[in-house]
Amino acid sequence: MEYTLYILILPLLSFIVLGLMDTKWKPRVAGTIGTAVLTIVTALSYYTAWEYFSTANLNGTYQKIIAFNTVWVQFNEYLHIDMGILLDPISVMMLVVISTVSLMVHIYSLAYMKGERGFERYYAFLSLFSFAMLGLVVSTNIFQMYIFGEMVGLSSYLLIGFYYTKPEAVAASKKAFIVTRFADLGFLIGILILSYYTKTFDFGILTSCDANVFASFSGVTFMGASALSWAMALIFIGGAGKSAMFPLHIWLPDAMEGPTPVSALIHAATMVVAGVFLVARLFPIYITFTPEVLHGIAYVGAFTSLFAAVIAIVQTDIKRVLAFSTISQIGFMMVALGVSGYGGQAGTGYMASMFHLFTHAMFKALLFLGAGSIIHAVHSNEMTQMGSLKKFLPVTRWTFLIACLAIAGIPPFSGFFSKDEILAATMHFSPGLGVMMTFTAGVTAFYMFRLYYRIFHGKAYQTTNGHTPHESPVAMTLPLVFLAVVTIFAGFIPFGKFVSSDGAFYHIHIDPTIATISVVVALAGIGLATWLYRRENDVPSVVARKFSKIYRAAYHRFYIDELYLFITKKIIFKRISTPVAWFDRHIIDGTMNGLASVTQWTSLKTKGFQSGKVQHYAYVILLGTLIIAAIVIFI
Amino acid sequence: MNYSVFLQLHDELSLLVVMVILLTFDISVSIRRGRYIQPLAIVLLTIHTLLNAFPRDAFEVAGGMYQYFPMHTYVKTILNIGTIIVFLQANKWLNNKDSMIRRGEFYFITLSTLFGLYIMLSAGHFLLFFIGIEMASIPMATLVAFNKYQHKSAEAGAKFILSTVFASGISLYGISMIYGTTGTLYFDDLLPLIVGGPMQIMSFVFFAVGLFFKISLVPFHLWTPDVYEGAPTPVTAYLSVVSKGAAAFVLFTLFTRVFGNLIDEWQSILYGLIIISITLANVFAIRQQNIKRFMAFSSISQAGYLMLGVISASTTGMSSLVYYVLVYLFSNLAIFGVITIIENNTGKVAIKDYNGLYQTNPKLSAIMMFALFSLAGIPPFAGFFSKFFIFAAAAEQGFYVLVFIALLNTIISLYYYLLIVKAMFLRKSDEPIERITSDIPARISLVICLLAIVFAGLLSAVYQQIAAYSFI
Repeated sequence: MEYTLYILILPLLSFIVLGLMDTKWKPRVAGTIGTAVLTIVTALSYYTAWEYFSTANLNGTYQKIIAFNTVWVQFNEYLHIDMGILLDPISVMMLVVISTVSLMVHIYSLAYMKGERGFERYYAFLSLFSFAMLGLVVSTNIFQMYIFGEMVGLSSYLLIGFYYTKPEAVAASKKAFIVTRFADLGFLIGILILSYYTKTFDFGILTSCDANVFASFSGVTFMGASALSWAMALIFIGGAGKSAMFPLHIWLPDAMEGPTPVSALIHAATMVVAGVFLVARLFPIYITFTPEVLHGIAYVGAFTSLFAAVIAIVQTDIKRVLAFSTISQIGFMMVALGVSGYGGQAGTGYMASMFHLFTHAMFKALLFLGAGSIIHAVHSNEMTQMGSLKKFLPVTRWTFLIACLAIAGIPPFSGFFSKDEILAATMHFSPGLGVMMTFTAGVTAFYMFRLYYRIFHGKAYQTTNGHTPHESPVAMTLPLVFLAVVTIFAGFIPFGKFVSSDGAFYHIHIDPTIATISVVVALAGIGLATWLYRRENDVPSVVARKFSKIYRAAYHRFYIDELYLFITKKIIFKRISTPVAWFDRHIIDGTMNGLASVTQWTSLKTKGFQSGKVQHYAYVILLGTLIIAAIVIFI
Repeated sequence: MNYSVFLQLHDELSLLVVMVILLTFDISVSIRRGRYIQPLAIVLLTIHTLLNAFPRDAFEVAGGMYQYFPMHTYVKTILNIGTIIVFLQANKWLNNKDSMIRRGEFYFITLSTLFGLYIMLSAGHFLLFFIGIEMASIPMATLVAFNKYQHKSAEAGAKFILSTVFASGISLYGISMIYGTTGTLYFDDLLPLIVGGPMQIMSFVFFAVGLFFKISLVPFHLWTPDVYEGAPTPVTAYLSVVSKGAAAFVLFTLFTRVFGNLIDEWQSILYGLIIISITLANVFAIRQQNIKRFMAFSSISQAGYLMLGVISASTTGMSSLVYYVLVYLFSNLAIFGVITIIENNTGKVAIKDYNGLYQTNPKLSAIMMFALFSLAGIPPFAGFFSKFFIFAAAAEQGFYVLVFIALLNTIISLYYYLLIVKAMFLRKSDEPIERITSDIPARISLVICLLAIVFAGLLSAVYQQIAAYSFI
């Protein structure tokens, strides 16, 4: 299946060509080329999926296929970095998800970004992002994954900062870049530890969990935990950064400053699930050798999920609501992975996580694109400036409603099926965690319908200077309708037949008790939202006043950003950098100036040289030498 | 004695030929015709580089005074490439009215320092080594003071020569103590003789300081910001990559070959120096207003990263060190190329002058951004791979905490490199630098650097070639 190579080559070529031509082509030409290339890539991905799932099955288990591999750098005698394409159920599924969403975003942007300065550049960056993301999911080894992961970070930096004249966008892109790079640092260290002991980067060898490969880990501990646990936990930190897990989630809400289709691509379906994908990819190692890390992942995911859901309740910027909802939903996926076992029914969580990744990608992209359509119509992100838009934006409204029902977990929409499996797996693992996740699901239903009602119902829309909102052009509504159709039917895909923890068929069955409870809870959330927001009334503000402390804390996202700012600005800059600079200016320069004046007074009038300094330099050199010698000799 | 053995010193001899041709040309033609010396120098040096770009078998001359290893060919080629790029960038500056009359000297003096570095690299005896280091330093000072009528340049020259001489003095003192305790100065003989003991450790520390000074590790870095700021920009560029790169390589070979038995001592010294160099330089870089001073601190922290290759003391360490020098050379020269172009055309060197550069000079800004990304170590630029290899080399030897600290520092460095990017792309300026049409040679140099930044990492053959000849 070497043709899969073109799935990577085409977007890269498109990036190079569009990047080189820049403004030499008309925007329309650049947009068309980018979209056409992505259409081919999507077709190839679908074909790959079809061929893979119909041929790779051997005795009921899906085989891993290395479609292409080349040794890229021979680092030392045993470690080498490869570049290649690995096809297995999850990578094929990711190919489908990424290419579909990316294609939708390409089409959508033709209209949404029309007339923007730098339209050609935008399409070049979209191609680059698609290339990096596709390369990440088909990685044959963990190092390739790291490199493509960094490229994803770089291209998302460029995309979020696309409105580079807007200071917020720039600050946001920088924040996203630095936070995810910080997390990648953990990832890289994890990789180094892992490869140092196992002497390989290759996923095939690593996930075979051969005891010989991991033998050299035995007995190596650091600060009470085994080296392997450290490695796997550090690798998870890399995933947590990309997937915006608490406390590394701070970049995602701010990244909403980027163009809305970019949010749909990066912050719904692709980059943010890279962390989930990473954990899923290394799942056999987690489950075999370090179950405690895996359970830690479950708790981090559960906490993040609830935390983000609570914040989402009080946000008024519609994209921020969606951002927090994404964080919360990714939390669900992490929980599912964390509670999963390996093989057979024990592997429910793994399957559920991948299933939810798939359905969530579709309906969250739909929500973001819908939000883009709304913003396009009313030129604002703020809910307070919306209301009763249902009559102006019929297509957007219905597709948005479908997505809201899906994320709330109402059957027969896709979200119900995947979320139900997650809840079942969690409940099986620990009833406490299961209850917590069910509650979070209820909160999700509440804030999504708060969002829905405040946009499309409630107070009448205030037209400003005679401008009435109108439905978006076909290039924008078409992707909405397509994704809505997928959202309606995706739940009926026999997902377990394709993706499961051990590659064998997994039969999905719905646990009636859990399904009933989760639907009831979701309906309760929706009901509450209906009561509060369907018609304009003052109950919400009374509630907000009653719980003003919590409300304000949640509105300010529990002050996590402030904490980071405090640490970086106040502690690092103020406490370290400023004093050091002060020390440099006053003490060192002062001493030198003092020396200088003494020297000048005693010696000849030096001819314009700022002398004294050189003596000082010599003094420091000598002092340094003697101190080093003394330390080495006497200690 | 059979003098024909000296004919084996291909690198040195052919460089000498280039120097003699250039000097003769410079003396014999009129000032107006003198402008041809620039293409001549570049062409001759390119030919010299190509002729000597292929490794030969190891050999020694004069009983081990001069020792050749195949790796030297790569290191010298890297130095040659750096020099060629500097020549390309210096073109416009040398055609100024001020420096026109002296432009021939620039090439001759620069090549003299290069010659000194060659000798230093291949020396097998402390005496020859010291001669090499001085042959590089003294012409270097004249280069720093090249704009002699400009106060800053002259001042920088004086500071440079005084502190260099001081550092050399300490180094020489160390060498004399080595001779005192062992009775020989041949590298090969010294290895078994240097076994520890306070006197020998002291002699080692004194000697090493001279090299620490050259690659400007904290606390031997104080001269760097002043000299970098005062020297003509192409000279700063040369100083920051060519001379530093050669010194770093020599440090590696000497530490492992001569002071191999003191490995515990020098590893712990380097351990400390790496941490304070990287960290302090990063912290200071954040506060700089002048771009050349900024680059000085950046180069101090990069020197710290280079030492990670030395501390690992393995063949991987050497190959990652040489590779790091190669990549660092291109990234840094790209940045200095842009700085030179802007300084030549507008005379501006403050970071705030770069505000809004993207509006008027998008190509220069883009090149600068890529080079800064490469220095910060962001994939897919070459800087990422060089950083990765050097970190991996140190991690291989178990320096996890050190690597972790270095990694943390890469994030701080990302922050301040992004400050420049921010200035160029985002800050508005009332008086942005006007549109600049750069001269052709400088453009060529930037294209070379850019291609290297993008492809040196992706073409794995580059690293593998270097790795094939690494030794300890």
